[in-house]
Amino acid sequence: MNQVPEKEIEIAELRKLTQVIKDKYDFEFKDYAMSSFKRRIKRILELYKFKTVDKLVEVLESTPEFFEEFLSEITVNVTEMFRDPTFWKVLREQIIPNILLNHDKISIWHAGCSSGEEVFSMAIMLREMEVLDKAKIIATDIDTAIINKAKLGTYSLKNMDLNSKNYEKAMGKATLQKYYQESGNEAILDKSLVQNVSYRRHDLVKGGVFSKFDLVLCRNVMIYFNQSLQNDVLIKLHESLFKYGYLVIGSKESLIWCDISNKFIVVNNEEKIYKKVKD
Amino acid sequence: MQSIGEKMNNNYKASISDKYKAVVIGGSAGSFQSITKILSIIPSDFPLPMFLCLHRLKHVRNGFVEALSIKSNKVIVEPYDKESIKRGGVYLAPANYHMCLDLGNTLSLATDELVNNSRPAIDLTFDTSAYVYREKLVGILLSGANKDGAAGMARVKEKNGLTIVQDPEESMINAMPNAALAATEIDLVLKVDEIIDFLLLLHQKVKNV
Ligand SMILES: C[S@@+](CC[C@H](N)C(=O)[O-])C[C@H]1O[C@@H](n2cnc3c(N)ncnc32)[C@H](O)[C@@H]1O
Repeated sequence: MNQVPEKEIEIAELRKLTQVIKDKYDFEFKDYAMSSFKRRIKRILELYKFKTVDKLVEVLESTPEFFEEFLSEITVNVTEMFRDPTFWKVLREQIIPNILLNHDKISIWHAGCSSGEEVFSMAIMLREMEVLDKAKIIATDIDTAIINKAKLGTYSLKNMDLNSKNYEKAMGKATLQKYYQESGNEAILDKSLVQNVSYRRHDLVKGGVFSKFDLVLCRNVMIYFNQSLQNDVLIKLHESLFKYGYLVIGSKESLIWCDISNKFIVVNNEEKIYKKVKD
Repeated sequence: MQSIGEKMNNNYKASISDKYKAVVIGGSAGSFQSITKILSIIPSDFPLPMFLCLHRLKHVRNGFVEALSIKSNKVIVEPYDKESIKRGGVYLAPANYHMCLDLGNTLSLATDELVNNSRPAIDLTFDTSAYVYREKLVGILLSGANKDGAAGMARVKEKNGLTIVQDPEESMINAMPNAALAATEIDLVLKVDEIIDFLLLLHQKVKNV
């Protein structure tokens, strides 16, 4: 942000933008949280040196190839391996064993998987628990470019410090280094971990319910939505769970004020783990 | 002759008004003691919501709000995403999240890029508070080591809110108030005790509104 504030982006401009995106590309952004959506748009204007939102609208209308790029920039992809290590501990010690008590297979959906660190974390944990072969994992995101990055499983080495620290706090069995090879500035993760993961594009806003799962992780995705959209998406997440399946959201998100909260019970409030108890 | 302190006094008394609906406070290194002092004196029935954005360690989730709460008369919360803003609530930006305000009395959290090397960034809390409360906002920037908060203060001023910075002479780490002074017109330059006095007088004005 510059010292002197530039002209603020008006709500009317954003409305026009989201309408064009909807009409032309069938994606719906009108219910993204205004404060952060505005900031993302401002960032895109700066990045591409567009002077006004109108200019951006014009480019989106005339250049379909630009849309995927736009989608990549509008979304926030910040993620970590074993983000919130205490959560992974609870998952390993309590949730996964509980699911496997009654099933010999476990189905998992990473909704909003970003560059895939969360998926690798899951796979590493399951392998260490010696149950990876029992898991069917689907990882989705709205942003195709970031899914491709997730498939690649190659991360900047400088992120591995934090990832390793998280791993040690969460698992503490081996070291994370066991699971990747260094090449230049990059860490290439062991692909065999995710050989059975299916990665696809899926939009939580406009996409439908496509399967049922024992465990759904949708962490740090809905914070970019306003409350009414959160409600709508939660209805779909609820429908995507088997009865007594688990839903996990980000550590600073909450189900308390959502319409659907009465169909879940809190399993772990600190780690935001919920269990579906009503259809 | 009037001392500088007394002049300031008259100055800030004149700024007190019952039009104010919220207070936003930013600070970083070196402001911890100031903020605990402020919180130890603000009465529990201070009715305006307060938004605190203080630079803090990114990966230490717990402990900070507890430390701030020890001497506070008010309950301080690190809000969840989309938490509603309550009368008299005190909201602290959680570790590693930007804390923003949205229309409809809502707090939004976000994990996008660092701003001024910071997450939470003071600029974002100030900018979005100014957007929501406009001329009804009091913005207070305490001492700190970088320029975070300066652009946010400029936004508060642009919306005709009241801008206050901690007197740079009071703190060794004064880059933050100085950056704000350079970025925009600051209404009041106050020592921490005067900021407290200001808030107490404001309390008298707004408590029955
Ligand atoms: C901050 S990342 C969260 C990554 C990971 N779950 C974590 O907690 O670290 C948010 C992701 O949500 C994705 N996203 C945003 N809107 C979406 C939508 N409508 N449908 C699916 N994914 C979406 C973004 O592309 C981004 O990759």
